[in-house]
Amino acid sequence: MTRTLTDEHGSSTASPQRTGSIGLFNDAVAMTRRNLLRLFRTPQVIVFSTIQPVIFVLLFNFVFGGAIDFAPGVTYIDYLVPGILVQTSLFASGNTAIGLTDDLQKGAIDRFRSLPMRHSAVLIGRTNADALRAALTMTIITIVGFLVGFRTDHYLGLLIGVLLAIAFAYAFNWVFAGFALYVKSPEAAQAGAFLPVFPLVFAASTFAPVDQMPGWLQPFAQHQPVSVTVDAIRALTRGEPAATKVLQSLTYTAAIIVVAVPIATRKFKRS
Amino acid sequence: MTSMISVQGLSVHFGALRAVDNIDLEIPKNQVRGLLGPNGAGKTTLVRVLATLLEPTSGTVTVGGHSVERHPNSVRSMIGLAGQYAAVDDLLTGRENLEIVGRLYQLPKTEARKRADEALERLSLTDAADRLVRTYSGGMRRRLDLGASLVGRPEVLILDEPTTGLDPRTRLELWAFLRDLVTEGATVLLTTQYMDEADELADRITVIDTGHVIADGTADELKARVGGDLVTASPKRRADLARVAELLTDIGSGAVRVDENQLTVSVPVDARVDALVRTAQRLDEAGIELSDLGVQRPSLDDVFLAITGKVGSDTTAPTETKRHRGRR
Repeated sequence: MTRTLTDEHGSSTASPQRTGSIGLFNDAVAMTRRNLLRLFRTPQVIVFSTIQPVIFVLLFNFVFGGAIDFAPGVTYIDYLVPGILVQTSLFASGNTAIGLTDDLQKGAIDRFRSLPMRHSAVLIGRTNADALRAALTMTIITIVGFLVGFRTDHYLGLLIGVLLAIAFAYAFNWVFAGFALYVKSPEAAQAGAFLPVFPLVFAASTFAPVDQMPGWLQPFAQHQPVSVTVDAIRALTRGEPAATKVLQSLTYTAAIIVVAVPIATRKFKRS
Repeated sequence: MTSMISVQGLSVHFGALRAVDNIDLEIPKNQVRGLLGPNGAGKTTLVRVLATLLEPTSGTVTVGGHSVERHPNSVRSMIGLAGQYAAVDDLLTGRENLEIVGRLYQLPKTEARKRADEALERLSLTDAADRLVRTYSGGMRRRLDLGASLVGRPEVLILDEPTTGLDPRTRLELWAFLRDLVTEGATVLLTTQYMDEADELADRITVIDTGHVIADGTADELKARVGGDLVTASPKRRADLARVAELLTDIGSGAVRVDENQLTVSVPVDARVDALVRTAQRLDEAGIELSDLGVQRPSLDDVFLAITGKVGSDTTAPTETKRHRGRR
């Protein structure tokens, strides 16, 4: 046996970490690719995570469509689609927690941590891939919305609205990444992830106008991030002035990212 | 002689549990060191510290001169880790698995692809390269896991119980690949709970138990601690046992042991071949019929038993791995 594991010239031994953001970018791309490959090889996960919001669109539209009072000229489906987009972004974020805890249990994270890579790329790759997945789901929901009567004259507004929802999803992916690192088991992640999601999604303007809710709930329901984002997307799809609401939504998104990213990253480095 | 892996006064505590308690270990460049111990001995904890996955409670640990605490990334680019739980991705193909690891070793795309192909070839996985890993057998997964540890062309290879849980045939098959790897001049730390594995692959063996080093030496040195070779004769008739014992008394270098159940008489000897020949002659002259006659080296199992009072591959001991890994 004459070959050696170590290259004699020393040149092709893995170089110590590349400097700066190039290394991080390279690692984040590799990790995103890995997670997307895994995702597309489990089509049943995509199907189920798409069917659920589609059922919500159909159910809420046909069940509540006639019961809720709106301003004249606004159909419920037009009201509903922006809400479902944001609801989807939050529900989809739970997948970040499940995927990450799964990797932890199977030893994949250990392998990554033993490699000379930027470890934050593990979390970046996970949150990126899940944001792309949310984008795919949102596209399908919008198409289904159109099929059951959703109409808008403001396609650019709709596009901006969807992007807003994706950014919102991305921020919550980080929240759930941090959550996953604390709970560690996929079962706990699955059970726990939805606890904060339900009040955020339902005590909001997602499915029904806030002014029909009890007085004590209204201040929260009106100003919490889900409502602000849903309202922004509604305004965008109706061609109403939306700048303030869009800015508020982006501020929420940015604030969540600023808080969640360091918490998740620090927890990852220490665990 | 410079140490590639240097562990000085390492302790790792998990609450009240001292998984590793004041261990010293020096592994020179190009040595294959077997780390032998039962479940719960602290092997995996030590490996996790060397692989920068766990911080020491106290002590100094360096790999290739780099401190695992202060320069973990320098350590990471020197090591390749293959684990008992085979951390490969089920939903990726073998090639994709290795390419991604290559990219994470900071290799350019073409180089990562080339190294992946090389590793697949070496581990005889070329035909299965483009199949999803979930279709692989247990042995193939271990090989792929090994392959992943080679992609970075590491100077230090850490193999954590590479054959645990494999069936005997797959183990032998994996040994052939491991033997190739360990003869290629990398420094290797091999943990195992199998004596024959350490005997087969390692230059030198460190035995640990409950967080302490309890013995250290070559396989031969460790066996010598138990006593030398043993000549064992099995008479056909039970009635001959006493006579055989009497005849063997002055051949051995120690006391004769008679096993009434197994119908064997054994005696430790110094010159194995000479002793065997004399035993054969003497018993033949006495007209005693034998069912078996042989000379054996003590196995590392005997060594382990002698040092710790426990059988080496004891699987009922509580495992420290469960505490901090979550699975396996």
